[in-house]
Amino acid sequence: MSKMTLKTEGDTHIIVTRRFAAPPEAVYRAHTDPKLIQQWLLGPEGWTMPVCINEAKPGGKFRYEWTHSKGQGFHITGEYVELEPYRRIVHIERMHLPDPTPDNRVETRFDADGSGTLMTMRMTLPDTQTRATMLATGMEHGMEASYVRLEQMI
Amino acid sequence: MTLDAAFSALADPTRRAILARLAKGEATVNELAEPFEMTQPAISQHLKVLEDAGLIVRRVEGAKRPRRLAKAGIEAMDQWLAMLRKALEKNYDRLDEVLAAMEKPGVEEIGMKKRKKGEKR
Repeated sequence: MSKMTLKTEGDTHIIVTRRFAAPPEAVYRAHTDPKLIQQWLLGPEGWTMPVCINEAKPGGKFRYEWTHSKGQGFHITGEYVELEPYRRIVHIERMHLPDPTPDNRVETRFDADGSGTLMTMRMTLPDTQTRATMLATGMEHGMEASYVRLEQMI
Repeated sequence: MTLDAAFSALADPTRRAILARLAKGEATVNELAEPFEMTQPAISQHLKVLEDAGLIVRRVEGAKRPRRLAKAGIEAMDQWLAMLRKALEKNYDRLDEVLAAMEKPGVEEIGMKKRKKGEKR
């Protein structure tokens, strides 16, 4: 299994790629079926997703709510723009912390790669500042996880 | 600069946001204070912590003292990026397991079809 890549492109894009051993149909389903999403889209240790509402159709809405074992939480809301079954998803999302962050437009492609799938996720933020803040916010949750682990070690 | 100073400087969300703003380019104290609804002295205090930790530097331009990211500040941003990367990697490692569990019933179905009498593999 090849490693994930994450890089910035231009002023406003973030590109993530990852290969999976399963075919595009399965990877696409894992991105659109709430019961499957709840099992993996959890970020660092300690987070669960008690609410996962997902209308996987063009114009459909979704809402993911995360809570941490220590009590904090946040949620994401979004809308689907385009869905090409098993090939491509375009959606718009924002985090609520609790104020909404600027919209992030995300295009996710699922391309057959041998017997597996190459997933390419391309995020487009409104401006460089938003991208920098988004990266910093994501890292904040990563840091929380580090602190929790540190506390466990002490 | 010590690693501890950099780490505690980064432990505050306002200071992380200031670094995120400076990643865009140089800014004056007024420009930095604007989005945070904070007084200038409060922002200056955060800037001092970031400066002492070696994450930002100041330049003299007339009466202004614009700040920009120092090399260590850029490295700190890279470390944040590494943490986001780690959270995403964790997601996809979990997704690998979800996909492996999904595939099992599917494989059996295909296997049964293939096992029809006289059918070549």
